[in-house]
Amino acid sequence: MTITDEAPNQLGYRQFRVGGFTFSRDEYFVTVEWPTGNHQMPVDHWLRCTQRDVAWGFFYGIVNFDSVIGTMNHYGTVDMFAGRFNEAYRRAEVDYNETFGHEELLECFKAMLSDWTNEGYDPFAAPLETGTAFGPSSGSNDEAVTRRRVVADRMVSVPGDEPLRSDDSGFPVNRAFADVDQGEPVIDAAPGYEDEVCSFNLFAYLSRSDVTWNPSVVSACKESLYCPTTEEFTLPVIHGNDRVEWFVQLSDEIQWDVEDRDTGSKRARVIMRAGDVAAMPADIRHTGYSPKRSMLLVWENGSPRIPEMIAKGEAPVHPVDF
Amino acid sequence: MTDYKTVFGSLEDYAKGGVHIVDDDPKYYAFSNIFEVASQAAPYEKIAVGKNLEYVLEAIRAEGTSEWRATPHDEFALVMDGTVRIELCDPAAELVDASAGGSVTLDEEPKGNSMGTVTAQRGHMTMLPAGKAYRMHCDGVGVVLLQTIEGPDTVYRWSDICQTF
Repeated sequence: MTITDEAPNQLGYRQFRVGGFTFSRDEYFVTVEWPTGNHQMPVDHWLRCTQRDVAWGFFYGIVNFDSVIGTMNHYGTVDMFAGRFNEAYRRAEVDYNETFGHEELLECFKAMLSDWTNEGYDPFAAPLETGTAFGPSSGSNDEAVTRRRVVADRMVSVPGDEPLRSDDSGFPVNRAFADVDQGEPVIDAAPGYEDEVCSFNLFAYLSRSDVTWNPSVVSACKESLYCPTTEEFTLPVIHGNDRVEWFVQLSDEIQWDVEDRDTGSKRARVIMRAGDVAAMPADIRHTGYSPKRSMLLVWENGSPRIPEMIAKGEAPVHPVDF
Repeated sequence: MTDYKTVFGSLEDYAKGGVHIVDDDPKYYAFSNIFEVASQAAPYEKIAVGKNLEYVLEAIRAEGTSEWRATPHDEFALVMDGTVRIELCDPAAELVDASAGGSVTLDEEPKGNSMGTVTAQRGHMTMLPAGKAYRMHCDGVGVVLLQTIEGPDTVYRWSDICQTF
């Protein structure tokens, strides 16, 4: 990664460069330039997108920041692209793609997040719960942008695994979940089995989440990962799948816009309410809208076999055949 | 300050969403509802509502007392409705091949040590540890979502439970 040696601009922000891409910001916008074009997007949206891309290690498949800019994970290397999944850009031959080592692009994004996130702004938070991303450079919020992602080995609350959340550990109940029952299950473990008779209140745990649109692993059945998350406002990215992904709506409602992964043409809207289960096919991209903070269970298959299956075209595109 | 109301579902009160197709096949979304599936299930029938290679999510109607089951790997039971008591047993001998997928039915109560019980309500998630046996009990009717691997008792009923048009 090359960070330009130039002094910060008059607003106090540094410019970043990786490969053929250059990134700069002003009070309201981020400008991305590449050898055949340039693009702008509001800085709050940019920070929310880069925050997820960093936290998820570029996630599965494609993370579109909008209809032009995004990343594509190859699990070791990662593409940064402009216009790659935009028919007009491709037709005009101004699309651009460059492949980086995973860590190289990650470090660039991390440095950008640190430098461009002002004190009081949290890219993970719902808009109603954080300050402004706009304006001249003003402090930083590294504590927020470097949060550790929860990844349970077996299950949250199992001794030695990820702990429960509480007021004391800095996780108060979110304002939108004030009515969620905080009672814990009744556990009666026989002597010697205290570490194996384990149960916890997942809904209470989620009610204390301080982030939005950020799945974390709460239980693992071998490679089957329960990755619940709390959602409010919009999923900032348009996630392009490379494998089938499953959702279970645990509370409230999310509406999903589903488009063709490669062309962006609309395929469906999926309305999910409490108790609904739906799969997202492997050849779509989607973004979600949650008007009230909701609980979503993202169910992932973390099998290391899948990237190879994808590369060989052997991964199922649709969830089930019937 | 706004008073928010969090909406959870139950067997008695759920409002299913759906897939609104623009240019696609609704079957590609395998859209179902856990409470609807459980409302039409036999007690402790293990109906797949999600499948990802060998892994499954099973919707289970908890009603009365289940059979004893032995699991070769960790499973996780999330109570979605009702109150479910889970009894755990550490068997004296191996009851299921540790390399197998999914739990198996036991013909009788396993010999071994009682590990204890968990009484779980809506939103409570319980670990069913690898190599152990368990059974569930619900005085009324409850719903459990089980994170597990496809096994001999997994029931597939996609045409009945999923939106097709």
